[in-house]
Amino acid sequence: MGEFFASLFTIAFVAQTLRITVPYALAALGGVMSERSGVINIALEGILLTGAFTGAVAAYESNQYTLVGYEPNPIAAAVIAGALGGVLIAALYGLVVITFKADQIVAGVAINLLAAGLTRYLLKLLYDSASNSPEIPGFETGIFSNPVFWLVVLLAIAAYVLVWRTRWGLRLRAVGDHPEAAHTLGITVNAVRWQGVLASGALAGVGGAWLALSVRGFVENMSAGRGYIALAAVIMGSWRPQWACAACLLFGLAEAVQIKLQTYSIGVPNELTQMFPYILTMITLAGFIGRSRPPQALGQPYDSD
Amino acid sequence: MITRSVVRREAITIGIALAVSVVAGSLLIVLTGKSPTEVFSLLISGTWGNAYGFGQVLFRATPIILTGLAVALAFKVGLFNIGAEGQMIVGSFATALCGTSLPDGTPAVIAIPLCIAVGMVGGGLLGSIPGLLRAYYGAHEVINTIMLNFIAAALVLWLGNEFFFARATTRTEPIIEGARLSNFDMFPGSNANTSIVLAILLAVAVHLFLTRTRRGYEWRAVGHNPRAAENGGVNVRATIIGAMTASGALAGAVGANFVLGYKHYFENDMGTGVGFMGIAVALLGRNHPAGIIAAALLFGTLSAGGLTLAVSVGVPKDFISVLQAVIILAVAAAAATMYLRQHKKGDQAGDPQKGKPGQQNQPGKGDNADG
Repeated sequence: MGEFFASLFTIAFVAQTLRITVPYALAALGGVMSERSGVINIALEGILLTGAFTGAVAAYESNQYTLVGYEPNPIAAAVIAGALGGVLIAALYGLVVITFKADQIVAGVAINLLAAGLTRYLLKLLYDSASNSPEIPGFETGIFSNPVFWLVVLLAIAAYVLVWRTRWGLRLRAVGDHPEAAHTLGITVNAVRWQGVLASGALAGVGGAWLALSVRGFVENMSAGRGYIALAAVIMGSWRPQWACAACLLFGLAEAVQIKLQTYSIGVPNELTQMFPYILTMITLAGFIGRSRPPQALGQPYDSD
Repeated sequence: MITRSVVRREAITIGIALAVSVVAGSLLIVLTGKSPTEVFSLLISGTWGNAYGFGQVLFRATPIILTGLAVALAFKVGLFNIGAEGQMIVGSFATALCGTSLPDGTPAVIAIPLCIAVGMVGGGLLGSIPGLLRAYYGAHEVINTIMLNFIAAALVLWLGNEFFFARATTRTEPIIEGARLSNFDMFPGSNANTSIVLAILLAVAVHLFLTRTRRGYEWRAVGHNPRAAENGGVNVRATIIGAMTASGALAGAVGANFVLGYKHYFENDMGTGVGFMGIAVALLGRNHPAGIIAAALLFGTLSAGGLTLAVSVGVPKDFISVLQAVIILAVAAAAATMYLRQHKKGDQAGDPQKGKPGQQNQPGKGDNADG
């Protein structure tokens, strides 16, 4: 027991917490981008999973070949491919909910089912395995000397500045709150919403690549509800990038503690400690929901004519 | 109110969605280097082409009718139950526990209804949690039902490992003889069992409840416009909790098929995916019981045929889950587009619903909850 508590006050534990927080934070930032524009993004879960898959495939394949005497960096390849994969699946989501104006929750859930099925399908076709990809190169260094981590920090700051301190951010928030008013001012509502949704795809896609790089491979359903938890963090953070990230840190901390609980096995069965992040999400959601105000037009498709 | 134009609109919606799905499915098959026509004809001959295959279709369709009803009932009340997966697991586990703990000689007339009822109570209890959270805290049921899917799976695994699973397995002891449902002789070798009768009866019951009872009318009123219903004297909170509980109970009845009619024990990971298929079936069936049964037969065909395909031509069986997701996307997109078109035309006719594109069946509207 004492050993367990002592282990919580170490640099290793801080690093562990941050490592777990990264995919949550990226997905949550994506959620802010999309939801601020008025598009609910339940699809974050599927975007994470797709990013993890494309990231893992890129890392594996780029490690196999030499391109005209140049050896591609598998980690960079994974990050870029993760973002691209995320953008692709987010584009499908945007097509269905922005262009065809389908119900955003129904379509979001369908995107998640699609990502789960499609990644398993392609896994089987590419690597003849039903559950995981071959081992890929992963992060070699600790988190503080990992350039991808600092890239993520940079992305988080950029997202904050973009949403709160730029004209683009003002437009993004305007189409999420008062699409008709924004339209009157000459803003093309659905174009801005497309940008929000695609940005969320890129961010959450990188989050997925991080997941795959952390465990050196793709495992089926490896997003394990993180997209939904990130969405809860967006709500807790009142749809503000900085507070959403703070909420993610809380979830990261909870998960890191859970892992420690398993390592030190202090009498709580593993099956029960695994429930911890999910229960925490439900409790915080119930506690925060009345106090945070969603964008006013969230979930309502906009028809310009 | 069902008018001819609504029926026509729904028919076109389903037609478009199915066409899109066949195209998407063909593309997936081409990826594997097989011929789509060959695979699709194999899919049909392997299922509807012989008695065994058709029995398997019925067997696969049964649980999806139940989860489809669960999702549709919640839909009708403006709620989105994505927790059918977890409710189905808890219900099946509860059904199995009831079936194993009854004394050996219990007659079937008592054992079978009791086991099913216990399963429905289990599923209903799990469903009531997001209902309560929605009614009292405004927390969106979508995130909570998904969280409960994870929690239910972990909880059942823990309870099983700790107390109920047979040594060194992840399954319970077999249920007593009296609790077992019989198979159909006309589909030799298949797992089709009498639980499909239960599923159809429940479909009829849900339909009658919604269309013929006062309570059902109130529930639908909440689904259309919670504020108006509240002003009309409907207890919206009680309706939300009641609907989520009833929805969970329907999903909880799945154990009748898998536990009482097939394996005769509960096994971890039993029936995985059935809860999610319910969403596709409810949407494709346009939330109507007859539509749900038809859509469940389609999905039953796909999942029964999917296994055959995986074995015989090497198309991964996940083909089916991709197709299911494509169908949901296509139905959702086609429904919104068709609805919008009709109501734009309806503008001149003074349609009261004008300017509300795709708002039909949009759960999560109304009070302060949002995802």
